[in-house]
Amino acid sequence: MDALATYALRMGDDSLILGQRLSEWCGHAPALEVDLSLANVALDQIGQATHFLGLAGEIEGKGRDADALAFRRDVMDFTNCLLVEQPNGDFAQTIARQFLFSHYQVLLFAELSAVKDARFAAIAAKAAKEVTYHAALASDWVVRLGDGTDESRARMIAGLDWMWRFVDELFALDEVDTAALEAGMGVDKMALRSAWDHRIDAVLADATLEGPAPRRAVLGGRSGRHSEHLGHLLSEMQFLQRAYPGATW
Amino acid sequence: MAVAMLSGADRIRRILADVPDPEIPCVSVVDLGIVRDVTEACVTITPTYTGCPATIAIEQAIRAALDANGFSHVALMTALSPPWTTDWISDQGREKLRAYGIAPPPKGAGSPSLKNATPAECPRCGSNDTGEISRFGSTPCKALWRCKACAEPFDRFKCH
Repeated sequence: MDALATYALRMGDDSLILGQRLSEWCGHAPALEVDLSLANVALDQIGQATHFLGLAGEIEGKGRDADALAFRRDVMDFTNCLLVEQPNGDFAQTIARQFLFSHYQVLLFAELSAVKDARFAAIAAKAAKEVTYHAALASDWVVRLGDGTDESRARMIAGLDWMWRFVDELFALDEVDTAALEAGMGVDKMALRSAWDHRIDAVLADATLEGPAPRRAVLGGRSGRHSEHLGHLLSEMQFLQRAYPGATW
Repeated sequence: MAVAMLSGADRIRRILADVPDPEIPCVSVVDLGIVRDVTEACVTITPTYTGCPATIAIEQAIRAALDANGFSHVALMTALSPPWTTDWISDQGREKLRAYGIAPPPKGAGSPSLKNATPAECPRCGSNDTGEISRFGSTPCKALWRCKACAEPFDRFKCH
């Protein structure tokens, strides 16, 4: 796949894997309202994935549609960031992941909706409205758990601590990003970092929390070097198409 | 006016005005602003939420209505841009939602501020003494609210 198709693929994979992770909560969340919320966020992510993966297949031009890309690739072909494949853990760990990622998506889609390429801009303009809700939901819970009981606070701190090493990858640029920028369909993700820091810090202050100490970043998702968690996720998500290739209903 | 005197596009619009939304059948796809453009050759629709499971059902319902009324030659296209907004829900559609028990979304979704949203008007008793229970409800387009005056919970169509 060339750089421009890969650029769309990465955003599609991010949304797809996060959507699948969130779907694992369906029927297991701590309260009915939370269950509905997480399922709604999952749906939005899977909807975004459908658009970005469809576009990746269109740019690639080999007849692969969104379903082919979602269900007929193996783990090393996935280009999602490591953050979204992290296990749900407890509710606070799920919220930590959502909080860090949704604020990134808010900033990313705001920029992407203004790029020259109308296909990317159209998806981003639509998704931008949805991720605003996701960021608000996650931020509310960070405050409620962080500024809550001793137990909820300890769990929120532990959740952020687990996820923090995967943040730098969100803003890393490589030759795919450079090619997309030059082609008028990309965003300078590195330039989003200070606005992201500002948003995160403001919510953490509300939650009476401090950001985790800086640590060495873990990278590799964009080039297919994933944690073992992703393979397990795919084995469930792709089961039907692996067992019954081409099945439709 | 006799149907025979209507142009092709106007006849198509009339047909679409009778196609209900699969999740909220009190309103039509035209009321919701899903139908963006109608010509004699092509109907253009736009999805509400990217992940809305009703999107495919809506496409199929519109296609079936066109086919059943002799418009099988009319193409059905989907356009993402400009993105759908609740401001496109017609005044008639808003009244139908209210009568159905769903508080319609406030207008002015252009710059949505999620905090300090104006309180919803209870679709049952009309009170403004209401509060949000959860921003995410039974479908992507609705939030859960409750009325403190009549103590009933209700859905509010999200401003989007």
